[in-house]
Amino acid sequence: MNTENIQVPTMAEMASKGEQPEVLFWVGCAGSFDDRYKKVTKAFVKILNKVGVKFAVLGEEETCTGDPARRAGNEFLFQMQAMSNIQVLDGYGVKRIVTACPHCFNTLKNEYPALGGNYEVVHHSQFLQELIDEGKVRVKEGGGFKGRKITFHDSCFLGRANNVYEAPRKVLESLDAELVEMKRCRTKGLCCGAGGAQMFKDAEPGNKEVNIERTEEALDTGASVIASGCPFCMTMLSDGVKNKEKESSVEVKDIAELIAEAEDLV
Amino acid sequence: MNYLSQIAFVLVLAIAGYFLAKRIKEIRGNILLGKDVDRSDRKSERMKSMLLVAFGQKKMFKKMIPAFLHLLIYVGFLVINLEVLEFIIDGLVGTHRIFAGPLGDAYTVALNIFEFLAIAVIFSCVVFLIRRNILKVDRFSGIEMKSWPKLDANLILVIEIILMFAILTMNATDQILQTRPDANYTQTGTMVFSATLIPMFDGLSTTGLIITERIAWWFHIIGIFAFAIYVTYSKHLHIFMAFPNTYYANLNLKGEMNNMDEVTNEVKAMLGVGGASTEPPAEISRFGAKDATDLNWVNLMNSYACTECGRCTQQCPANMTGKKLSPRKIMMDTRDRIDEIGKTGGDDGKSLLGDYITKEEINACTSCNACVEACPVNIDPLSIILQLRRYVVMEESSAPQSWNSMFSNIETNFAPWKFPPTDRFKWANDLKTEEKE
Ligand code: SF4
Ligand code: SF4
Repeated sequence: MNTENIQVPTMAEMASKGEQPEVLFWVGCAGSFDDRYKKVTKAFVKILNKVGVKFAVLGEEETCTGDPARRAGNEFLFQMQAMSNIQVLDGYGVKRIVTACPHCFNTLKNEYPALGGNYEVVHHSQFLQELIDEGKVRVKEGGGFKGRKITFHDSCFLGRANNVYEAPRKVLESLDAELVEMKRCRTKGLCCGAGGAQMFKDAEPGNKEVNIERTEEALDTGASVIASGCPFCMTMLSDGVKNKEKESSVEVKDIAELIAEAEDLV
Repeated sequence: MNYLSQIAFVLVLAIAGYFLAKRIKEIRGNILLGKDVDRSDRKSERMKSMLLVAFGQKKMFKKMIPAFLHLLIYVGFLVINLEVLEFIIDGLVGTHRIFAGPLGDAYTVALNIFEFLAIAVIFSCVVFLIRRNILKVDRFSGIEMKSWPKLDANLILVIEIILMFAILTMNATDQILQTRPDANYTQTGTMVFSATLIPMFDGLSTTGLIITERIAWWFHIIGIFAFAIYVTYSKHLHIFMAFPNTYYANLNLKGEMNNMDEVTNEVKAMLGVGGASTEPPAEISRFGAKDATDLNWVNLMNSYACTECGRCTQQCPANMTGKKLSPRKIMMDTRDRIDEIGKTGGDDGKSLLGDYITKEEINACTSCNACVEACPVNIDPLSIILQLRRYVVMEESSAPQSWNSMFSNIETNFAPWKFPPTDRFKWANDLKTEEKE
């Protein structure tokens, strides 16, 4: 793809031109700062560019949704974050939001309304599925994934928290790879260990780390790609794969990266 | 003679009724010690969920074998209640098998169904006893499954078996008596299952049979009353609580944490956002929950509905990796504590957080909702955990140090990590330079 033309418009730029994007891409803290997840952000932006979706980001105006603060018990901090974010979002008249982070997704979608922030929020797996259904993303001959085994790790905040189980699987099916399920999947999926603000502290004493338990299960499927749709899951599973010294044979990839790869965008 | 037994029956009924009513009042009172939460909305959705989950046992069918056996006991329980009705009428009026006459052949069919279910209940109870005590299914152990919870589970299974045998004995002796002209018993037709017990009692004299039949009858009905009272002290309260519990359960998506409106007002004032209410803030006793009375009544009702089946704990990622957290324990602790408060008034210097549940436990929760999903009666242990966390952070300021750092990062850098906010959009530049390379 002609790389120099990649556009990442901000809401502020759009507003100054008097324009309104179809959708705001909420990048999230991990997507903005985490080196690994920045790749997912970029992959998704490339897809948006390729398809010609009129989108924008908040750029430096974006701040933490407050999810980790709230789950840890700091309701004050959560509401401070939420209300200032709502002011910014409403200031730009945002209607529709897409995000690659299930924690941002859950909070924006389910928890902002109680504080006056009402938006249509979709997870990027749902957005990608829409694009595939509309024929805007068409993975050519399975995008070189034929014969490979992929397993999808359900993020708790996407799955059990919001009942989104099929969209990411539909997206992966378009890759024409063999989708294999782990022993615990969908409603019975096993957490990566990072939710509920666990990402930001050491685990309590136990006899195993949750991410190791989950990684073992993922490796048991024999898949060469562990697909996820969440920055926390990605970190936890990548660490797990490293711990098991399997990083040369097993990759942890976000669904957006897989689509971008199949589309020759990376 | 007959009057005597009627009087005895009325007495037994009255005593049982008194204790039962007292206990129901106690439990209701304990539940109402919780804070208010409005669950009067979406009535038809609630009804539907109750019918599916409690009446229809929907969530049990994630595990087929226990679901099937449990279903036998459940249907047996529902149907045998009809027979209990006959027992009560007979006991009060002094009749014998009052439904036999009006129902005719249908009575025979009904009795055979009862007996089949009695056998099914015995079968299921025996399998459950084996699963608990011999096969040692993991779910039934754990730190919270100490002496009483273990005994409670076994007791009920044994009691149910004995009660069912009482019915069968009663029917067997009754059938023999029907053949004795000197007894002049109501004819019921053949009851196939108890008929197999006939050889055991065939040798008895008519008087012996009458006495055996009466003993079995009294044993069964007193057993049922005792069972009803016992249930209120036991995890088996779920047979009643499952219904209100599924009706009043949270219907929102599991990911949504409830908003604390008392905080909203303060935050609005702090940010100078419009809409902050001008009325003086209502007296807020406490942010989050420290003791069982700080929880809402649905949380407390949940604790009485808990079956201690351990499906939640079995699915809990923290528990399965050896951390102290067990959502089942959270529910059992909550119930034990509110029971205690009901008795002592709660001025005992103890609290749910600290004396029952430790910070180590609640801090280990990933808020993954696996426990909520797993619970067959829609209990929400996560809700309690999150309220306890709110207390720890907002009232005690004693969250783990690394969480405090995360909080201050969000406050100063607007991200949970220590990155300057000006770096937030750097990825976009990277994107362009990367591509040029
Ligand atoms: S929400 Fe918490 S308590 Fe429930 S299963 Fe997940 S980690 Fe365990
Ligand atoms: S909370 Fe639900 S799943 Fe857990 S032990 Fe109690 S009844 Fe079973």
